[in-house]
Amino acid sequence: MKPSPFAYIKARTLKQAVTLLAKHKDDARLLAGGQSLIATLNMRLSAPEVLIDINGIKGLDGIAKKGKFVEIGALARHTQVECSDIISKHAPLIALAMPHIGHPAIRNRGTFGGSIAFADPAAELPACILALDGEINIAGPNGKRKVKADAFFKGLFETALRPQEIVTAVRIPAADRSTRVGFSELARRHGDYAIVGLAASARVNGQGLAGVRLAFFGVGATPVRAKKAEAALVAGNIDAAVDALDLEPHDDVQATAKVKKHLAGVLLRRVAKQLLEARL
Amino acid sequence: MSDHVLDISLIVNGERVREHVDARKTLVDFLREDLSLTGSHVGCEHGVCGACTVRVNGEIVRGCLMLAVQCDGAKVETIEGLSDSGEVADLQMAFEQRNALQCGYCTPGMLTTAQDLLTRAKNVPSREEIREYISGNYCRCTGYHAIIDAVESVAQARAKRKVKP
Repeated sequence: MKPSPFAYIKARTLKQAVTLLAKHKDDARLLAGGQSLIATLNMRLSAPEVLIDINGIKGLDGIAKKGKFVEIGALARHTQVECSDIISKHAPLIALAMPHIGHPAIRNRGTFGGSIAFADPAAELPACILALDGEINIAGPNGKRKVKADAFFKGLFETALRPQEIVTAVRIPAADRSTRVGFSELARRHGDYAIVGLAASARVNGQGLAGVRLAFFGVGATPVRAKKAEAALVAGNIDAAVDALDLEPHDDVQATAKVKKHLAGVLLRRVAKQLLEARL
Repeated sequence: MSDHVLDISLIVNGERVREHVDARKTLVDFLREDLSLTGSHVGCEHGVCGACTVRVNGEIVRGCLMLAVQCDGAKVETIEGLSDSGEVADLQMAFEQRNALQCGYCTPGMLTTAQDLLTRAKNVPSREEIREYISGNYCRCTGYHAIIDAVESVAQARAKRKVKP
């Protein structure tokens, strides 16, 4: 199918984009990488009257280490993140997840901020940000604000973003010597959305782990923390962690809820092993 | 001029093109309908099949997931350009020799993606790496093995050519 007609406006500054959003309200959509949006337009699942193209806004695609944090600009393309030395050195979980996102032709266009703002429950990056206790930087008509990932993902494709706001960057703690990360997903074809996936981070604490954060994706309306399993992993018991998984996935086109629950346990064992092995 | 129809200027296969396009027209539809470059194919129209793969500013993209208006000022290369310049001549030959195509619908996208892998890979890619790189391009005829054979043989031949002065 083809998209229904819309007007196209290329925003040159963040301020202009926010003003245009305020003017057109729900009739407008922001166009960043477009790898989800244009597909939904083609399928007429979405029919905005105005597309505000933010690709021309300068200064939103940087990747930088700022003190104890890594800041990834909203317009950084997946390929750019995948090839970044800063990411491979200071954000190993993101580096692990990147190759799983779509295919090269998709990663050349898709943006980091777009993936976070779109909040597909089966996507890798929202789960990574949640596992890393990241923070989303937002600009809107009332200035700038920050929202923690724990409070950002609210429901199915629903976030804490208000209608006239734009994600400008994502901030995650830079990895240090005590950081351990793990990532695994099961998909029918490489690059497809996962049936189930798991992004995890922790700190080494003596022989064991502390601060374990497990973020599953593809098992609910948002990326989901498995807090009971996190506690069991801190206690050092992988079997207990698997038993403590309290996910409530629904059947979908890929797998039944029962299969998803089983696969979540399989992934937890794999990722727990990654967390317990030295990484840095 | 309304924001529904815009003027764009871009380079397609080395030639300057100036056109008046609907904002809603995707890049692949623009190439096919306005420029009669029908080598880029329209398959799924939602970024899954890879039949519309083209190069924009040197990077492969899905022609169905980019709007023509977004290509204002860009350099676009299609299979017609890659073919005419001889850039993929060895890949095309290998595809033919190894029966790496039957209906041919996926072939332009497959060649463009394979060429992207071969120009970016530092070493001769393994069969597994080739398989993974083309995983975003559907082929419903060949079962992929012949395609991987063809890409692998070209990768090896090109590596040999590089070694010789």
